[in-house]
Amino acid sequence: MDRLLMVERLAKRYERTGVLGAKKEVMALEDVSFSIGRALTLALVGESGSGKSTLALCIACLERPTSGRVVFDGKEITTLDEKQLREVRPQIQLVFQDPARSLNPRFSAIELVSEPLIVQGRLNKREREDRARDLLRKVGIPQEKASQKADEFSGGQRQRLAIARALSLEPKLLILDEALSALDCSVQAQIANLLLELQASLGLTYLFISHDLGMAAHLADEIAVMEQGKVVELGAADNLLRAPGQEATRRLIAATPRLGAADDLPRVV
Amino acid sequence: MAPLLQVQDLHVAYISRAGKESPALEGVSFEVRTGETLGVLGESGCGKTTLAVALLRLLPGNAEIQKGVVRFEGQDLLQAKPRALERIRGARLALIFQEPSLALHPAIRIGEQVSDVLAAHERNGRGELRRKTLQVLREVFPADAARIAESYPHQLSGGQQQRVLIAMAIACGPSLIVADEPTASLDPTTQKDILEIFRTLREKFNLSVILITHNPALLAGLADRVLVLYAGKVAEIGPTEQVLKFPQHPYTRALMQSVPAGIDESTKGRKSRLPVIPGEAPNLAAQESGCRFESRCPDRMDQCRQREPAAVAVNETHAVSCFKFGG
Repeated sequence: MDRLLMVERLAKRYERTGVLGAKKEVMALEDVSFSIGRALTLALVGESGSGKSTLALCIACLERPTSGRVVFDGKEITTLDEKQLREVRPQIQLVFQDPARSLNPRFSAIELVSEPLIVQGRLNKREREDRARDLLRKVGIPQEKASQKADEFSGGQRQRLAIARALSLEPKLLILDEALSALDCSVQAQIANLLLELQASLGLTYLFISHDLGMAAHLADEIAVMEQGKVVELGAADNLLRAPGQEATRRLIAATPRLGAADDLPRVV
Repeated sequence: MAPLLQVQDLHVAYISRAGKESPALEGVSFEVRTGETLGVLGESGCGKTTLAVALLRLLPGNAEIQKGVVRFEGQDLLQAKPRALERIRGARLALIFQEPSLALHPAIRIGEQVSDVLAAHERNGRGELRRKTLQVLREVFPADAARIAESYPHQLSGGQQQRVLIAMAIACGPSLIVADEPTASLDPTTQKDILEIFRTLREKFNLSVILITHNPALLAGLADRVLVLYAGKVAEIGPTEQVLKFPQHPYTRALMQSVPAGIDESTKGRKSRLPVIPGEAPNLAAQESGCRFESRCPDRMDQCRQREPAAVAVNETHAVSCFKFGG
């Protein structure tokens, strides 16, 4: 069993009530299938409104799909009840785009990272604090900042906190929903490196959701392109970028601003 | 011919209630020529937005322009009387903000919001105003200007809202537009469309544009020159190709290397460690003497701690503030 996550024919339909009470159906996801191998990264790319975030919510068991299955670690999780979900949810954690909004600004770094452990009733106070300190070290937050409040950290450090918090329950899958998009280029590089290090040392599996095809290309083993609720193309990152088979993929590639590598010019003195 | 905009030695600081000064821009100088697009590249907190609003003297109450000259079309805007300034703002020099959904009034139709800009600067009859409004909207919505004019902001997508802001900016035929992260909240396809509009308008109206962004890749192929702002100072300024491809300042160099080649990356490069700039951008209030980038710089020397480097020309068009080049 080398695939950690398998998504099979997933569909999500929302019902919208029009002005006159007429029901209208919106297909947010349609017949979505893919899988992610253990300790690998799948990047999910596509334009705004293509269904990327809905898919993330369905996988994280925060939305129930209308039909289809999600198999996580060999077990179907789409049909579980709330009590059973409590066992599964810790293993699938999310990191969101804007840590300024997703973290409580009045919580200290230690509190933020140990809160999920309290919710899950794991460890005693002392052990929780040790675990939290260990996680902060892993994500590169200096020990002396452990009791600082979330809003006293910079954007990049806050995203490190969000990652530490997501890791506190020792998940197998991290869903990174535009987790780098709000950061500056130099900070993006730091966090991208952190994600790669953590993946190598902890064997984490990532679902990297982004509209930045450039960063997706750097971090992912495989790329899935979404358009209007469907996965229109899926393949190894290299192949998909070199020989895109679908119009949506070509359009994304064409729209991605490119710099090329900065050349190392002999210094002008 | 004198440049369209000439900024000399601009100093802006934010003053806290306790009277403590936090400098945001220190000695920024540059110029923009007619028809030129200048890219301003910088990361959070380096003073990009302060620069945009300072040019039009639209800074918040706790900010103070301490020194400098902003000469635009022959007039120093920092000395201009309020009435004179009003005639320039939005008419000759227009500003486009980052978040289009916040910049538009949610309960007023688009057509009316565009004609408000025209009415503020020109005297027109009602029919003439309507004709001009549609004409301006057609520049950015060639196919359905009339429908857009009748719409409310919430009926438009983010990209369409951004187009409306561009229409409002060009309504009175300005010579310079300052756009602060105009594509930050848009997805790549829409972003490309918006940048294309800037390119078209520049050619059609010989418009000058200051395009402020944190993403160097956006400037490639669009800006004529790039100004790199670091901690409230100009680190480097020069032709886009030179600055992005052959960066000279250690900061620009490190910044460019930290961006993954992405789509063009080799198989070996994928999932590899990116070169990063160690540490974080400095807190300007705590800054003492020396170069702003010194503590993070791979090439630092003894003198970097002692005093600040001045801008040194590496050739006629390219200047760098770093002791490696003299200064």
